[in-house]
Amino acid sequence: MDIKLKSVGEIQVVELDGDIDASTAPDVTKFLSELVKPSIRLLLDMTKVPYMSSAGLRTLLSLHRQITNKEGKVVLVGLSEELVDTMSVTGFLDFFIAKPSQEEGLATLA
Amino acid sequence: MERIDIHPTHSYESFKLRLGRPQPFGATIVPGGVNFSIFSSHSTSCSLVLFEKHAKAPLAEIPFPDEFRIGNVYCMVVFDLDYENLEYGYRMDGPNNFQQGQWFDSSKILLDPYAKVIGGRDAWGVIPDWEDIYHHRGRIAFDDFDWGNDRALEIPPEDQIIYEMHVRSFTRHESSGIKENHRGTFAGIRDKIPYLKELGVNAVELMPVYEFDEFENSRPNPQTGETLYNYWGYSTVGFFSPKAGYAATGKFGMQVDELKNLVKELHKNGIEVILDVVFNHTAEGNERGPTISFRGIDNKTYYMMTPEGYYFNFSGCGNTINCNNPIVRNIVLDCLRYWAAEYHIDGFRFDLASILGRDPLGYPLANPPLLESLAFDPILAKCKLIAEAWDAGGLYQVGSFPAYGRWAEWNGKYRDGIRKFLKGDGTVGKIAQCLQGSPDLYAWAGRAPATSINFITAHDGFTLMDLVSYNQKHNEANGENNNDGSNDNDSWNCGWEGATDDVAINALRRRQIKNAIAILLVSQGVPMLLMGDEVGRTQNGNNNTYCHDNELSWLDWDLQTKNAEILEFVKHSVAFRRSHPVLRNPNHFRNQDYVGSGYADITWHGTKAWNVDWSEGNRAIAFLLCGKHAKRGTVEDNYIYVAMNMHWQTQWFEIPGLPPSLQWHVFANTGAVFPSSYLPGTEPVLENQSGLLVGDRSVVILVGK
Repeated sequence: MDIKLKSVGEIQVVELDGDIDASTAPDVTKFLSELVKPSIRLLLDMTKVPYMSSAGLRTLLSLHRQITNKEGKVVLVGLSEELVDTMSVTGFLDFFIAKPSQEEGLATLA
Repeated sequence: MERIDIHPTHSYESFKLRLGRPQPFGATIVPGGVNFSIFSSHSTSCSLVLFEKHAKAPLAEIPFPDEFRIGNVYCMVVFDLDYENLEYGYRMDGPNNFQQGQWFDSSKILLDPYAKVIGGRDAWGVIPDWEDIYHHRGRIAFDDFDWGNDRALEIPPEDQIIYEMHVRSFTRHESSGIKENHRGTFAGIRDKIPYLKELGVNAVELMPVYEFDEFENSRPNPQTGETLYNYWGYSTVGFFSPKAGYAATGKFGMQVDELKNLVKELHKNGIEVILDVVFNHTAEGNERGPTISFRGIDNKTYYMMTPEGYYFNFSGCGNTINCNNPIVRNIVLDCLRYWAAEYHIDGFRFDLASILGRDPLGYPLANPPLLESLAFDPILAKCKLIAEAWDAGGLYQVGSFPAYGRWAEWNGKYRDGIRKFLKGDGTVGKIAQCLQGSPDLYAWAGRAPATSINFITAHDGFTLMDLVSYNQKHNEANGENNNDGSNDNDSWNCGWEGATDDVAINALRRRQIKNAIAILLVSQGVPMLLMGDEVGRTQNGNNNTYCHDNELSWLDWDLQTKNAEILEFVKHSVAFRRSHPVLRNPNHFRNQDYVGSGYADITWHGTKAWNVDWSEGNRAIAFLLCGKHAKRGTVEDNYIYVAMNMHWQTQWFEIPGLPPSLQWHVFANTGAVFPSSYLPGTEPVLENQSGLLVGDRSVVILVGK
């Protein structure tokens, strides 16, 4: 799992690269938890995440809870069609704002 | 402060261990690891067998140290497991003596009866590796689903309209038009919620969704060579686990979340979820069946055994669960509590429920502890409990199921009575009872009309279209020489066996279908519709399609266009019931006017108003419901008059008069060519307010407002 961080104005952009499953979820959780500050604007680019397991999806939902508790906002971009489908039928998608591209994600967070 | 039990105290090979907790049974995620707990009263040793997901050979086998057994429970925490990629089972040793009913076999790996997820049949119909040493594999479930504000809907029982359906059959057909990977799954049902809403039902009853093996007793169809499956799934492998093959995400092991999300979405749309549960037998079959779980863990506790060491077979499926053994009673209770609490399930329909009232030797108990426990359980307190009040051992308890004020029943007598009346056998006295929520069966015991789950068709038996198209069952495709399935169908083919181009016969069949729907939806009690009857689904005369994963079972969504008039009639009839509380009374009629309206709550009529011919051969009857008595007079409703003429000749019915200023309007007339029903609220005024012609084999429903 490779994680890259950049800032676009006030917005933190995190690009994840690799599967998120029980073995990589702790790293993702650690990285993102350290990032979460009050009123954070976070864009997670999932373009290079081919697969998210049950544990991976839970990592995201847990992050979403942390961020909303701190009045922040998170947007997912670049989810593959299959991931959108899995997240949709299992209910995880209901909690997130998902956009196709970084531009649209940034516009939502601006 | 950090708890000290997050640290291991023991080790085995590379695994770090600690004494576990005996409760809850099963595998539970705890800080730092997983707590494994399993009961066995007769085993002499037990080890935990761990696999990496899908691996042929075990990753490890950890024997439970002696000090990790508390009473008859082995319990152990194993730390640092990659539990998302883990499968687990148990190996137990102990006595093996047929006559004593002890079947321990340490060569078998056993499924945890409390496994919350089961792998091994991850996608429907994928042929398993028969050499696999462990077929149905326990997995660890996350129990942290985010329910938001959801909870069970608690719709008053009398207001329910149930739709009985098979998960795979509902959307497997190409014509369902949904995404290919959703077809035949929980996700597919979610996609079709708009259809269910439009139909107007407020409860779905899912045929078994607990993990089962579609390959149990699978074999080629003698006619076509196509594989016949254990398609309906009335044969449970694991009681705590949803069927993976019913989930679009089963291949990712996410069936738990997918089913929970379906329940949540159905609830959002005002639809309850009832599960058809099979606690009478398991997939382990008889003496020759496979050892999957119970048999190798505590055979004698879990099954009813004859003194010679054979299995009692009150289920007709090889074995019988020993439901009134205290251990087994607890697992059933744990299971239902789990589904009610963890999945927000609204109710349960118990397959062959009379078995649940038998003692360990099979004798019916006067006060069955299991049924009593379920009825008074605090967690199940708001769940609907519905009994299929008979079993395959000859116990028939419709009207006498031990109810404890809670249990409803599939009313088989309603089905038989209405079917006979529909085909013209007369029996008006019987159907008068059916129409009132069967007070003859229930009122004397203080049981409400909603005790009666009214149905004319269900998964067992003909579809409604086949009920009016076949005199005999045609089950050749099941490969049992047409010996399976019921012979007592009370069906009538309307003049030709099976499909025909005869316009008159087809018109009569459609009318009969509408008659059945009309009668079902104006009966007191709880109506249950069978999936597809609303669009005239046929099984080509097969009344037992338990083994068919094909078009015989699948709902063809194109029937919506082909039989649009039937669908419209069903929708209108459901809407009519929903808009008229007088059809959904919580109490039995008193046959008197107790609100001062000048009309009794229900009155009976014939071709002459206020005058009924109750003789056996009479085929024409009508009744009037006084809207001022709706729900014991607590809500205001219209007057409703229903005339049923199952005679082969048209008859003039004189209609009882309404209070001044009210007029009769026609909601439905199944004898009218077009339209035969109206959207409630748009009913036209009846021309002649004193009487009307009711066509041969027709039902007319009037609303006085």
